[in-house]
Amino acid sequence: MQISGAQMVIEALIAEEVEVVFGYPGGAIMNVYDEIYKQNSFQHVLTRHEQAAVHAAEGYSKASGKVGVAMITSGPGFTNAITGIADAYMDSIPLVVISGQVPMSLIGTDAFQEIDAVGISRPCTKHNYLVTDASDLARVLKEAFYLARSGRPGPVHVDIPKDVTAQIANFDYSKEIELETYKPTIKGNSRQIKKAIEAITAAKRPLLYLGGGIINANAAELVREFSKMTQIPAVETFMARGTLHHEDPLLISMLGMHGSYAANMAMSETDLVIGLGARFDDRVTGKLSEFAKNAQIIHVDIDPASISKLVNAHFPIVGDVKNVLEMMMPLAKEQIDPSRYDAWHKTIANFNKLHPLSYTEEGDRIKPQWVVERIGQLLGDDANISTDVGQHQMWTAQFYPFSRPRQWISSGGLGTMGFGFPAALGVKRADPKRVSINITGDGSILMNIQELMTAVEYKLPVINVILNNNFLGMVRQWQTMFYDKRHSQTDLSIQPDFVKLAESFGGIGYRVSTKEEFDAALKDAVEKDVVAIIDVAVNRFENVLPMVPAGGSLFNMMLEYKEK
Amino acid sequence: MEEARRVISVIVINEASVLSRISGLFSGRGYNIDSLTVAPIPDSKYSRITIVTAGSVRVIEQIIKQLHKLIPVLKVYEHADLVEKEMAMVKIPLNESLSDIEALAHAYNGRIVNVGHDTLIVMVADEPSRVGHFLEAIKRFHPKEIVRSGSVALER
Repeated sequence: MQISGAQMVIEALIAEEVEVVFGYPGGAIMNVYDEIYKQNSFQHVLTRHEQAAVHAAEGYSKASGKVGVAMITSGPGFTNAITGIADAYMDSIPLVVISGQVPMSLIGTDAFQEIDAVGISRPCTKHNYLVTDASDLARVLKEAFYLARSGRPGPVHVDIPKDVTAQIANFDYSKEIELETYKPTIKGNSRQIKKAIEAITAAKRPLLYLGGGIINANAAELVREFSKMTQIPAVETFMARGTLHHEDPLLISMLGMHGSYAANMAMSETDLVIGLGARFDDRVTGKLSEFAKNAQIIHVDIDPASISKLVNAHFPIVGDVKNVLEMMMPLAKEQIDPSRYDAWHKTIANFNKLHPLSYTEEGDRIKPQWVVERIGQLLGDDANISTDVGQHQMWTAQFYPFSRPRQWISSGGLGTMGFGFPAALGVKRADPKRVSINITGDGSILMNIQELMTAVEYKLPVINVILNNNFLGMVRQWQTMFYDKRHSQTDLSIQPDFVKLAESFGGIGYRVSTKEEFDAALKDAVEKDVVAIIDVAVNRFENVLPMVPAGGSLFNMMLEYKEK
Repeated sequence: MEEARRVISVIVINEASVLSRISGLFSGRGYNIDSLTVAPIPDSKYSRITIVTAGSVRVIEQIIKQLHKLIPVLKVYEHADLVEKEMAMVKIPLNESLSDIEALAHAYNGRIVNVGHDTLIVMVADEPSRVGHFLEAIKRFHPKEIVRSGSVALER
C-alpha cells in the first residue's frame, strides 16, 4: 500500500485497535492531524497542555491495561510532554508517544521549534526512535507498541520529522516483528522455583511483599489464590494497592515510609521475604542495611536489573509474575502446610492491635483522613481513585478501602504533582461506568487545572476532591519536623476561589467545611454529569503518620508527632 | 567499596543512536568511561564496543544489567581472563636518534611508520600498562604529539 507517512500513523493506530489518542497539535505534526481529521476509527481528546495529554494516556492505560497513546508536536510540545513520559517510565506504564519533528533538512540548524527530542527522551523511555524514512514507519510503530507492552512495560517515543509524514512509501503492517536483541524472559526457571518453594516450607515467618508488577501482569487474582491457599500474610507497596481486597485477613497493609506499623514490623521480623513484582524502592526499604535483616529473599521480577539492585536476593527468579505463580501453585499446594504459620499470624495480629492506622478527631475542622475514608464508605468499589502527590496521596494510600487491581492510579516513582486530574480523565475514558475521583491537594490541583476545559468538552465528569490545608502539606510537614518549623515557601493561603474557578469552565464547584456538607456535595457531584471540584477545608497541620524518616530503619517509626 | 578496573565488551546492532544509549548509562550515573573503542564486526550488522571503566562489583553488575536492557544490545561480556591490546602513535622531531627510537619502539611491539620532512611517527601496540611505559620512555625524545587508542579485548 503506497500512502503518506501521516496516513501510516493512522493505519498503525487502527491496526493496534487504539480507541483514543490524547494530544495537542502544532506545526511539525500537522500532517498527521490532517489525517486524524479525516478518520472515524478512534477519538482524539484535545487536552489543554501536552503534559496532561501524556498523564491522561497513563491514566487510561493503568485503568484499562491497554497501551496509552499520546501525540504532540516538536519543540515545546515535546518538552512539555517529557514529565509525563518520565512518569510513565518510573511506573512502568505502557505508552506510545508520537511527536512531530522539524523536517530532516532542518534538523541540527536550530530551526523554529526544534529540539533534540530523542536525545531528551533517551534516559526516560524504554526505547525511542527518530524515523528518517517513511518506509521504516510500519516496522517502527509496530515495534513501539510491542516494546511498550511486553516484558517490563514502559513508554516508547517515536519522533517523526515533518517531511517524513508527507513522504509516500510502501506500508505493510502485517510483517512479523524481528527483534533478535530483545527477548524478555517470561517463564521462570523451574529449578529456582522449586528451591523457592522449599525455602517457604522451611520458613516460620514468611511474608508476601507485593509490588506494582502484579497489577501490570494481571496477576492479582492469582496472588489472592496463592496467599489464601498458603495462608502467608502480605504487605503491599504503594503501587500494589488493590492487589488484595482491603478486607482480606491476610493483608496487613502498605509498608514503607508511610506504611502501617504492622506492615513495617512484619517486614522487620520476617524470616523469608517473597517479593513479587516489587523493586525494593528506597521509600519502601528505609535504611538498607537494616531492611528485613533476619530474612532470606525470594525475588520474582520480569526485569533482571531490578533483582539484587538494592537488596541481595537469595532466590532470584526472572520471569512474568503470573507465569511464575502458575508454576508455583501446584508445588505450593503439595508442599506448603498453611497451618504452619499460625504463630506468625498471632504476632502480626498483635502488631495490628498495638498501633493500627488511625487518626484523632479534634476541633471543628474536618480531618483529611476522614474525607478519604468517607469517599470509601460512600463509593467503595464503584469509584476509581486517582491522586496527585503529597500528603493527600499518602492518606489515600493508607485509608482508602481498595478492593481490586487498577482501582488505584497514582504517580509513585516520579512523584509528579499535576498527575492526578489528567490521569483521572484517562481513567474515566477507560472505565466510564465507574466514578472517577481525583483526590488532590491545594498545591497539586493548580498544576494541571486547565484540564477543566478538557473534562467539560469531552464530558469526562471527574470529581476533584481537594484536601485543602492552605499548605504545600508534605513539604510543610518535613519543615515542621526537620527544619525547625521554617515553613519556607509552603504557605498557600493565597488561593483562587475554587468554586468559581470550576464554574468559569462550565464545571461545578462545592465549598465544604463540615461532614454533612461533604456528604451532600459528593452525592450531588456523583449525580451531576459534569466535572466537579469539591474544596474541603481540612485541618491545616495534620501530619502523615506513621513515618520512617528518610534513611531511618523501618522498625523505627515515628508513630505520633507532638509539636514542640 | 573497592573500585577496580573493568573491561566490558558490548555487541550491539550497528545503528545511529546506539553509542549515545550506552554512554548515557554511564554519564547519567556519574561514572566515567576511561576508554571506549567501537568498530563494526566484519560481515555482520553488529558492532563491538569495548569499554574500560572502574567501579565496585555492585555498580558494574548493575551497569551490565542495564546494558542488557537496552533494546539494540545483543550481548555483554565482562572480561575476567582476557587478552587486551591498545595502540599509540607518537610524533617526534627528526633531529632525534632514529635508531634509538626504533629500538625503543621494537621493545613494545612497534616501529617507525612514517618519516616526513621534519618529524617522524612511531607506533606501538601492546597491553595498556606497557603502552603507558612506552609513553613514559619516549618522553626523552621530545614528542610533539601523542595519540592513544582505547582498548580492544578478547576472552582467552
